[in-house]
Amino acid sequence: MQLTLWTYEGPPHVGAMRIATSMEGVHYVLHAPQGDTYADLLFTMIERRDRRPPVTYTTFQARDLGGDTAELVKQSVRDAYERFKPDALLVGESCTAELIQDQPGALAQSMNLPIPVVPLELPSYSKKENWGASETFYHLVRTILLPMMPAAGASWPRPDRTGRRPRANLLGATALGFRNRDDVREVTRLLTDCGVDVHVCAPLGATVADLRRLPDADFNVVLYPEVAETTARWLQKSFGTPMVRTVPIGVLATREFLEEVGKIADIDVAPVLRRERAGEAQASASRSLLPWYSRSVDSTYLTGKRVFVFGDATHVLAAARIAKDELGFTVVGIGTYSREYARPIREAAAAMGVEALISDDYLEVEQRVAELAPELVLGTQMERHIAKRLGVPCAVISAPIHVQDVPARHSPQMGFEGANVIFDTWVHPLMMGLEEHLLHMFKDDFEFADGATPSHLHATSKHAAPASAVGRTDEESEGSDTRDVVVAASPATAVWLPPAEAELRKIPFFVRGKARRNTERYAVDHGITQITVDTLYDAKAHYGR
Amino acid sequence: MTVALTPDQIGGGCAVPATIAVGRGSALPVIRERGQREVFCGLTGIVWLHRKMQDAFFLVVGSRTCAHLVQSAAGVMIFAEPRFATAILGERDLAGLADANEELDRCVTQLLDRRPDIATLFLVGSCPSEVIKLDLQRASERLNEQFMPRVQILNYSGSGIETTFTQGEDACLRALVPHMPAADPAAPNLLVVGTLADVVEDQLTRLFDQLGVGPVHYFPPRRARDLPPIGPNTSILLAQPFLSETARALVARGATLLSAPYPLGANGTTAWLREAARAWGIGDDVVDRVTAAPIERARASIARYRSQLEGKRLFMFPDSQLEIPLARFLHEECGMELLEVGTPYLDKLMMEAELVRMPATVQLSEGQDVERQLDRCRAVRPDLTVCGLGLANPLEAEGLRTKWSIELVFSPIHGYEQAGDLAELFARPLDRAQRLMV
Repeated sequence: MQLTLWTYEGPPHVGAMRIATSMEGVHYVLHAPQGDTYADLLFTMIERRDRRPPVTYTTFQARDLGGDTAELVKQSVRDAYERFKPDALLVGESCTAELIQDQPGALAQSMNLPIPVVPLELPSYSKKENWGASETFYHLVRTILLPMMPAAGASWPRPDRTGRRPRANLLGATALGFRNRDDVREVTRLLTDCGVDVHVCAPLGATVADLRRLPDADFNVVLYPEVAETTARWLQKSFGTPMVRTVPIGVLATREFLEEVGKIADIDVAPVLRRERAGEAQASASRSLLPWYSRSVDSTYLTGKRVFVFGDATHVLAAARIAKDELGFTVVGIGTYSREYARPIREAAAAMGVEALISDDYLEVEQRVAELAPELVLGTQMERHIAKRLGVPCAVISAPIHVQDVPARHSPQMGFEGANVIFDTWVHPLMMGLEEHLLHMFKDDFEFADGATPSHLHATSKHAAPASAVGRTDEESEGSDTRDVVVAASPATAVWLPPAEAELRKIPFFVRGKARRNTERYAVDHGITQITVDTLYDAKAHYGR
Repeated sequence: MTVALTPDQIGGGCAVPATIAVGRGSALPVIRERGQREVFCGLTGIVWLHRKMQDAFFLVVGSRTCAHLVQSAAGVMIFAEPRFATAILGERDLAGLADANEELDRCVTQLLDRRPDIATLFLVGSCPSEVIKLDLQRASERLNEQFMPRVQILNYSGSGIETTFTQGEDACLRALVPHMPAADPAAPNLLVVGTLADVVEDQLTRLFDQLGVGPVHYFPPRRARDLPPIGPNTSILLAQPFLSETARALVARGATLLSAPYPLGANGTTAWLREAARAWGIGDDVVDRVTAAPIERARASIARYRSQLEGKRLFMFPDSQLEIPLARFLHEECGMELLEVGTPYLDKLMMEAELVRMPATVQLSEGQDVERQLDRCRAVRPDLTVCGLGLANPLEAEGLRTKWSIELVFSPIHGYEQAGDLAELFARPLDRAQRLMV
């Protein structure tokens, strides 16, 4: 039993729903009690989909449990087939149905429907959403392609390349994936530019007939390993389709991706790469502005910013690299909730000299953020809340997605345009942080007092307040916020003298909590009971930053 | 009088045609269906119950699905540290490798160590905990021995196999009833039952004071440890229509249930107050005098939206059990034409005073087969469809205007001062449709 406040991933059947919803002509019959239909709203509200997910729920109730819930499954399968006439049917169960062991998949298979039926066994009590999506995609592809598989010993003929451009499948994009819609568009553009056609994109937008065409591609691109790696490996093993495994998030990774594509497709990608080199941004038609923006002098304040990175494995690996090598940040911690990818995350952490956090426990992540006191958090919506509470700027880099992560504009993470988007998304919260600091600095000036007339208007207002009208600042509440969360256990043996307290308030609020903590720790370590301005600066010198 | 629509009029499907008797000899047609339900389970009630009872924490004992449901229904993670959580059952708990009771005790201890501000902890049963027959009643008794008096531990089930959406509140309040103190048997008192926004309670309290009805207590209270008294001299007025089990338990403790329409809209609120006044032997003249000004205000504020709603055809999917009282308000006070009014279940005792006010032309439906109901909805193309979040955008995409129903349980809609706001909730989608030129 695990005490959980927020979950990063839903149950595995939600992963299966993501696959079904991504595709055309695939229907999912889910043996589940009333209430599990909540998952529909993830798609219709967060992603604003204009259709309900293609899911039929059996909706069993307590009174059915003594009776024939198996018949209810069969009836639901019959009704769903009659009504929706799908090209393939997924049949599975949610957590409660798993306990009553009706084996809906086997029941549906025994009904001899004239379409492929894919039974899904997704253990709800040990696995989670992304795993469920990966398994569902794999079993669906496998069921569709099994009849075409070459006999043992034989191999699938490599597609004939004469007279055509190389073609690639894009694998792994799904409904409810973080910016997947835009990534697909961006990667398609990238491949087209270097002379590669997209053959099939799956599961997002694919039909069952498209799945049958998967083996005719020259290679597969694994966009999101969490969802597509298992399937891509199987396609490689069964049909000999090679795969490109570099995930093109970030400028450097995008360049490597293109090089890998060049090698695998035997094409020259140099012209495309040349165009996207740093420094040429202003002068040519380059789309890649990150390198130049990062080198421009106003970005020097980004140097060595301490960042904490958390999310799914794909986005965390990419974000950590971008943070370090493309923006000049210092990565102080990385972590993921994708346990399946603990190893690569640990390796990346070791390479950066930090400890990896492999956890789906929100409280543990919060504690780590508090301990590390980063200046920027790159995380999920949940880290956004953690960061807000700790007064640290944050940018969202990964699912679970929120309505804000499905913007109306084109906003990819992948490719050169994706890197541009990332530059903006990460740097803006830091700029806002600075701006807020300036506001705090100026708010003791009379022009910023409540009731003061804005300076661009005539100062006719009689109650334009002098400095004396400045009330007590709300900095204290922010300060105490941070204290509550971060150092509830801090020994309050050292007392802040008023001048030291006043000096502390001049420190930007987003590092103030850390300054306060360091000073208190320094005081305790050195047997100081009264904190003076000198103690504050002694501590600053002692801890370095 | 029986006015049953023919199957053609209701758009086909093989629903069971039936009627429900309302008042003397008249009956309303009811479609009874079972099939796929597009309705939340009772766990969802946690979202508003924890806001109401600010010293209470809700610990769902369930699966990852339960945790995911509550956080999705809560409007996507608004509170950094909420007063609800899930103890997620794992493989080890199911395989008997770990003693589920010991595990639960560990989770509760961990939680209460972390949250010293919690005075009441609800262990909330779920589908999986019901199916594996994890006895939360015994667990709460055991934990009470350890944690009382600092924390009282109670339990109820919000499972989808037993409860529909708002029934979760019924189950939660029902669990509190045995812990309510005995009321002074000599003095009559009024208990208003059902979660209301604090501001609405304060408005109603002022009206009861002016009527001379009192003392008045509210249930659930603002702090779960301050339970209102109950006894043979208690009269109960239900503020919400989904509290039948709670009402029965309160009656079993000697209280008298007053039957009234629900306090939605000016008419509903007046009839509701009048029922309380009657129980106190207060004449209609006093009620008329006290309510005249607020009725006038409510009418004026409803009038602002009436022109947009009048004559518009309404279709309601089953959701919160509020459908019938809301339909009554929208018909009586806003002039809407009722097509189908769906409700998860039809409890005659709870709806008696509402059903007699329904127009004979309404088609009621109980339960749900969502595909068939959608067929009926598409066939009649209503001007406004009230439905859950899973259906709203897809119906909008089909060119139908919708109002999502969950807002009706999260917003203050009861009483005179909210009557205009309530009308506005339904007028807004229509207003918006008129404004948009894209």
